[in-house]
Amino acid sequence: MEISPDLIVFLKIGGFSLNATIVFTWIVMGLIIITAWLATRRLSVEPPISHWQNLLEIIVTYIREQIREITLQQPDRYLPFLGTLFLFIVVSNLLAIVPGYSPPTGSLSTTAALAICVFLAVPFYGIAQHGLIEYLKHYSQPTIFMIPFHIINELSRTLSMAVRLFGNIMSGSMIIAILLSITPLFVPIVMQVLGMLIGLVQAYIFAVLATVYIASATRLQEEKAQQLK
Amino acid sequence: MAGIDNVALASIVMAGLTMAIGSIGPAIGESWAISKALGAIAQQPDEAGTITRTLFVGLAMIESVAIYCFVISIILIFANPFWNYMVLKAG
Repeated sequence: MEISPDLIVFLKIGGFSLNATIVFTWIVMGLIIITAWLATRRLSVEPPISHWQNLLEIIVTYIREQIREITLQQPDRYLPFLGTLFLFIVVSNLLAIVPGYSPPTGSLSTTAALAICVFLAVPFYGIAQHGLIEYLKHYSQPTIFMIPFHIINELSRTLSMAVRLFGNIMSGSMIIAILLSITPLFVPIVMQVLGMLIGLVQAYIFAVLATVYIASATRLQEEKAQQLK
Repeated sequence: MAGIDNVALASIVMAGLTMAIGSIGPAIGESWAISKALGAIAQQPDEAGTITRTLFVGLAMIESVAIYCFVISIILIFANPFWNYMVLKAG
């Protein structure tokens, strides 16, 4: 039983090994890109729209509404990053129903990479919104002694995002593997359904947490400015 | 060979204890959060969307404590660094 898809190596060239995480990440990426390309090939604003366009419009509208409700700002700036995060995690989790596939989010490398993306995106959006000086100033709020705690907070929440997603997905696939060796007939199917539900919820939570962190970086000074007025 | 036996015994016992003790706190916390959220939804059904979203985020936060324990117990069983060291030393 493999603890992570990193250990399943398909191909080894020199010092570089092509493991299952990379291969399945490429498959997920390709699937998303091809589906989006096929669905947006013939867009129309007239009533006879294709099913795929309808599906994508529902997803994009829903993500925009969620971002607008959480950040209380215009969602267009955050939509590309947060939408991509959500869609990637959802597709890679839900494909776990395909036999022979092991989710790339069940590897700590993938989830750490995603969490580091969020870790870098928070100051990026904060600085883009307020400028470097104003953004760095919020580290010294309310007193200057809070600087280490702000830094610890940013690092620990990045770690917790990575380990949370990894632990949930890895536990799902591991429970199924254990149950397959104990009661292979019916019980694994139930657990697989539960695993898909957990995968969906975890993707939602990852995206919502990223949104909350970005919103806290971009909105903090606005509230302060409103209080000063 | 007494050392390797001790490592195996300690790893397996601690993996079980980690899950057993570590899941008590999150279980109490989650049940408390859900009961409070249900009470809030019953009082203000209009705010159900906001309450549900906050509830999910909070549950994920609480649950991550249990997930940390799970990851540690899985590491103890399947990827134990001390076990690998003892096996290497025993040759």
